[in-house]
Amino acid sequence: MRTIDETTQEILDLAAKHFNVPAGTLAPDDDFFKKLGIDSLQTLELLSRIENHFNIELPDYEVQGVSNFRTLASRIQSRL
Amino acid sequence: MLDLSKYQSLGAALKDALDQFANETCLIESDREREKERLTYREFQQRADPLARTLQDAGLEPNARAAIIMTNQSKWLISAYAIFFCGGVLVPLDYKLSPDEHWQLLAHSATRMLVTEYPIWRQLAASAGRGTATSLAAIYVTEAPANADLAGAQRWEDALSNVVAPVFVPRTRQDVATIVYSSGTGGRPKGCMMTHENYLEQCVALTSFYPFAPGFRYLSILPTNHAIDFMVGFFGPFICGATVVHLRTLRPEFVREAFPKYKITYVSLVPLVLKNLQKGLQARLDALSSGKRKIFNTVVAINKALTKSHPRLGLSRRLLKQVHSGFGGELRAIIVGGAFTEPQTLQFFYDLGIPVANGYGLTEAGTAITVNDLHPFRADTVGKPLPGMEVRIVDPGPDGVGEIYVRSKTVMSGYLNEAELTAEAIAEGWLKTGDLGRFDPAGHLQLFGRKKNMIVTEEGKNIYPEDIESVFESLPVKELCVFAANYIWPRRTMVGEQLVLVIHLEPNQSLTEDLRKDISLLNNRLLNFKRVHGIVLVEEDFPRTASLKIKRNILAERLAKFDRATAIVKL
Repeated sequence: MRTIDETTQEILDLAAKHFNVPAGTLAPDDDFFKKLGIDSLQTLELLSRIENHFNIELPDYEVQGVSNFRTLASRIQSRL
Repeated sequence: MLDLSKYQSLGAALKDALDQFANETCLIESDREREKERLTYREFQQRADPLARTLQDAGLEPNARAAIIMTNQSKWLISAYAIFFCGGVLVPLDYKLSPDEHWQLLAHSATRMLVTEYPIWRQLAASAGRGTATSLAAIYVTEAPANADLAGAQRWEDALSNVVAPVFVPRTRQDVATIVYSSGTGGRPKGCMMTHENYLEQCVALTSFYPFAPGFRYLSILPTNHAIDFMVGFFGPFICGATVVHLRTLRPEFVREAFPKYKITYVSLVPLVLKNLQKGLQARLDALSSGKRKIFNTVVAINKALTKSHPRLGLSRRLLKQVHSGFGGELRAIIVGGAFTEPQTLQFFYDLGIPVANGYGLTEAGTAITVNDLHPFRADTVGKPLPGMEVRIVDPGPDGVGEIYVRSKTVMSGYLNEAELTAEAIAEGWLKTGDLGRFDPAGHLQLFGRKKNMIVTEEGKNIYPEDIESVFESLPVKELCVFAANYIWPRRTMVGEQLVLVIHLEPNQSLTEDLRKDISLLNNRLLNFKRVHGIVLVEEDFPRTASLKIKRNILAERLAKFDRATAIVKL
């Protein structure tokens, strides 16, 4: 079982890879809309990648209103 | 299609549609790659009738209000029909709002009954705002897990076991059918009271341009509480016996798969999603070898020439088979609404033989005012007024641009509990839209920005700056307020709208790095589409009324004297 810190780090790595930014530039409390300059649709794309990685299904409503990696990680952790 | 001129209400028309199209497929619900449900109109009725009876037993009287807060799904439509059957007034709320915003609107609308889904209810029940909706007598929650704490609610599924027949309650055309909140949740909720006539008339006008029939399949993606999806994703297809397809997840890959899987006829999208589709298609075209791209471009040019005067769907589907098969091969049009769409995006799809039905509308006007009739397709306008719509341009300038006024049987009866606001918006039957436009010689409407202090995001969200101000109240400055930048400095454009935070600092105070950080921190608490883009500093006291309300129009006039480019300090 992963710890929440491990989950968070894996999400940061996935996001960096997906949006093509250097690894290590993203932090848990970053607002991903602002930091990555992405819209809500692009976050849904990232979500699909995260689901495949963790082998879980995350309903759309779970990420409603979520805008930073830490909160996203906690939602995912509760389903691992 | 039913002859709607014979009907007095949405409930009566829908009731007959369920009988007339009993064996047609009514709803398909899919969750990722799994098809969860497929209902005929008869099966729809078999679920809705017991629910209607349960609502009646629980005290849903004629004219009482019942709200739905749900993502798009079959249970949304079943619940809405049951409410209309009982003569209730439907209050469709945006499921994307926060729990506190939901409670505020439930209280404002004095809602008696609420239908919602479990994940939303979990958050609503835990929210401090719960005590405010004192009129709420019964809550029905869908898909709650077996051991879930329902916090005073009842299971929606249990309501379906009622075996006593419900009693149909007739309504008249002038009765209120729905209360639709167009925007304004922070300060002053604007609940548009839409009558049965508003919907019946709008439906006749819209289906004359974009008809439905049994076998047509509409993909419902825009939230059903939104006026567009309510019309073209519920009432319109139902009275024509067509099928509505719901997806429980809106991830782009599942939306893409749905088109060929269900051979979609129509879909409605907001401009943001349409642009995303364009990007995806463009990337695929760019990946073609130069030889293939040349051939493709030639075929597109031929299609463009052959569809210049009007769409020729069969021909375009044959010419550009690969593009069309990706959409299922039966797509007749993409309906785009909720916000302004850039002409180049519309043209991109039309050149591929996929007409985009753009238009211009307001919740207050009953969905659409104008639509592109595609004869010929014009990407540079928002189309011609729908039948029954009187549209005029008031106080036009030398260039013919003025405020758009609308008069029609589809215009709302007013804002709930807001006689003053209603009188400001509607005078002698004319709805003042607050938008600027002009007609071209062919009778097409062109839009040139807004006269009102509001922005509309690409996702179709109306945002009134007044609603954002409370978030910044804790800032240690003398006074502040939020404006739409284009309201202060009109730019005659519908794109790139932004909000600015106007600040009057205390004497001897300056815009320090710490203050900027505080502003950014508060700004980040807002949903991304509600954030301000910059700060404007002023040195004089804000003009105020005797009751100390900010005189926004006078302040805007003062600000307009500044140069926009230098006045806005970017965040």
